[in-house]
Amino acid sequence: MNTLLLVIALLLAAAMLGAAWVSIRVHRVATAMLAAGLVSLFASVMFLLLAAPDVAMTEAAIGSGLTTFLFFFVLGRVRGGRDD
Amino acid sequence: MEAIMDIIGGLLMVGGACFLLFGGLGLIRMPDIYNRIQAGSKTTTLGTLLTLAGAACLQPAWGWKLLLIGIFLIFTNPVSAQVLASTAHRRGAHQSPLTEVDRLAEDREGKA
Amino acid sequence: MVEILIMLAAGITGAAFLLALGRFVLGPSRFDRVVAFDVLTVIAITFIVLAALLENRGIYLDAALVYALLSFLGVIAIARYLEGRF
Repeated sequence: MNTLLLVIALLLAAAMLGAAWVSIRVHRVATAMLAAGLVSLFASVMFLLLAAPDVAMTEAAIGSGLTTFLFFFVLGRVRGGRDD
Repeated sequence: MEAIMDIIGGLLMVGGACFLLFGGLGLIRMPDIYNRIQAGSKTTTLGTLLTLAGAACLQPAWGWKLLLIGIFLIFTNPVSAQVLASTAHRRGAHQSPLTEVDRLAEDREGKA
Repeated sequence: MVEILIMLAAGITGAAFLLALGRFVLGPSRFDRVVAFDVLTVIAITFIVLAALLENRGIYLDAALVYALLSFLGVIAIARYLEGRF
């Protein structure tokens, strides 16, 4: 693995930790869900750096796209559009 | 010839990265949400397009795929920024005290 | 020469990444966090292109294509939720 790619991977790992910390520390459900989507985004780029492009594509489509969309859709339906 | 294209591609990539850095800087420094949307949307669109152009100069065989990514980016990035700004304005997000004029609020007042 | 330029570009993009992540962690309102999410997605596309160049594998660009299409969908869903229109 290239040294530069290793540095990028370490940066992404630190960013994943930061986003996960935000996700468990924050009080609003919407922000926590956004932070979880961010963890998924970084995980997808990390998969790509670990030479697994098909896994990265699936993670990008399902984890970062569909899960975030579905969570906000359901959250909007459950609470009747009201924010807590 | 190939060496010249390589240098041009590298310089384009550095320029695009500089625009991304300006976007990040604006995201930190700007006072309210509307200015942050402005800084975060325009600069990142141009920066990523420059980076894609640089990659196309370095690897001409990937040109079509990079062009497709650029076209999608041109279409989707301004749309998401506009939708977000409209939602923030409708929900009454905090405006900087330096704001001088708000045409959208004037329009809504006129219609109501 | 080209390697040095690509390394410089990667370093500057990493700095932009850290700044946008700082706005996401600090962000006082929810809208700030959504904007930071959008910017981070675009910066991830740049990282993917850089990785494809460094590893010299064109198949990596497909993931960037998926992101260019899907980041928009996520932001639209979030905006509709915040507006209370689902």
